[in-house]
Amino acid sequence: MIRLDKVSRRFGGNAAAAVDDVSLEVARGEVFGVIGRSGAGKSTLIRLLNGLEKPDAGRVEVGGIGVAGLDGAGLRALRRRTGMIFQQFGLLSSCTVAQNVGLPLRIGRIGATEIQRRVAKLLARVGLADQALKYPAQLSGGQKQRVGIARALATAPDILLCDEATSALDPETTRDVLALLGELNRDLGLTIVLITHEMDVVRQVCDRVAVLKSGRIVESGAVADIFLTPRHAETRALLVDTGEQLDADFSHHAGPVVRFTARGLATEQPFLTQAARESGSDIVILAGRIGRLKDEPYRQLTLGLTGGDTDTAVRALGRFGTVAA
Amino acid sequence: MSSFADVDWADVGQACLDTLAMLGGSFVLTIVFGLMLGIALFLTSPGQVWANRSVNLALSLVVNILRSVPFIILLIVMLPVTVALVGTSLGVAGAIPPLVVGAAPFFARLVETALREVDRNTVEAVQAIGATTRDLVFRALLPEALPGLIAAATVTAIALVSFTAMAGVVGAGGLGDLAIRFGYQRFQTDVMIVTVALLLVLVQLLQMLGDRLVRLVTRR
Repeated sequence: MIRLDKVSRRFGGNAAAAVDDVSLEVARGEVFGVIGRSGAGKSTLIRLLNGLEKPDAGRVEVGGIGVAGLDGAGLRALRRRTGMIFQQFGLLSSCTVAQNVGLPLRIGRIGATEIQRRVAKLLARVGLADQALKYPAQLSGGQKQRVGIARALATAPDILLCDEATSALDPETTRDVLALLGELNRDLGLTIVLITHEMDVVRQVCDRVAVLKSGRIVESGAVADIFLTPRHAETRALLVDTGEQLDADFSHHAGPVVRFTARGLATEQPFLTQAARESGSDIVILAGRIGRLKDEPYRQLTLGLTGGDTDTAVRALGRFGTVAA
Repeated sequence: MSSFADVDWADVGQACLDTLAMLGGSFVLTIVFGLMLGIALFLTSPGQVWANRSVNLALSLVVNILRSVPFIILLIVMLPVTVALVGTSLGVAGAIPPLVVGAAPFFARLVETALREVDRNTVEAVQAIGATTRDLVFRALLPEALPGLIAAATVTAIALVSFTAMAGVVGAGGLGDLAIRFGYQRFQTDVMIVTVALLLVLVQLLQMLGDRLVRLVTRR
């Protein structure tokens, strides 16, 4: 659906590239996350996808069409197939909610009654049916982003670009908006590209993720792999931001220390007590995290084993998930 | 002294009408040309959709030249152009071309400033939904900047009131003309007081109207 091939974009003369030799592919119907700190080049990267930025080198393809070769009309057609939402929402303060949502349709020269019908449907979709006549200044942040989403969906695009869409929202509203994005992905088959600096956002909605540092992708893959077995220092640093203790030192523990990871159904099995019973070892949880990756529950525990037959304990744990030293 | 003995109220009435006609005519044309110029200034500035350094500099230079010429000089310099445009340099018709040339660049700068105040995110969001430049200007920039534009138009209208008074010097008629010919040259202080009071009322009304309109269209 989206393909970037060795794409670079630099600003000014000899400044470092904002996006540096980036290649990636996003499949149809996928939720793809790009995570990085501010200044990593995320915003530039996402703007390359709808032609708001032009690459200095490399090729950007959306739906099989090269973005660079598009003229004004072609670019506008691309943008109508590619919705975008923003951190600061970008709503017209002079227009009502309904007028904001209807703007892409008015620009598309669609008749007034048809616009009214579609706007009502879009507002119902994002749960704002009763707010149509309000102005953006009268709405909360979460409501404004819902208006932004409804506007982005007005032209029935097959791609939605989210530029730090939840960064201005409180945690609860963030969850609601992410849940809405997940619904849209499932119900409409919408391909979503989302940039963020928050690992939690990636964890909640993304299928795959790329970690961006200084304009380069340093690590990418399925969210579960990146999240549970981060390799690059930048990824680990981003995880630490969410309160993860990835590199804590347990060398003072008397027995072997292992990292146990269970996913899906195995998370509800009694892995600790079984391992303890079979091996006669004592098992202590030194660190750990319990949560969900999109819809899949996971447990990742750092376990300290003492006494009994610790090898048997490790084998027993291995039946429920993966064990790493 | 019987108060206002020298005041010929019929003359004052006619002068009022002339001033209002000059103001109305030049205001409408100033808004039209000033908007076009201001939008062009904004769109050709760096980072905007028509970003073009040389065009922007050229427009800016024209605006600065016209704004730096004192209006009284502009009135005289414009005489041949005015005659060519409207056939006369006298009366209401003769005053309108120099008034527009004097006020439009001023208004254009205010328009440019008002457009700059429009949230950058909003502009980008409207571009991202596939808007043409025309859609961007008429459906986003102008509506979003409307309170600022009305405030700018109010300031411009009031500047035009004082310009019309000056235009009186070169035979344009109106309240300014009355003030100079009778009030100043014939030492008829009462005429001076009446004309200045009427101009003050006019300015006051314009400011109140402008402020009220700004409040009406502000949705922030």
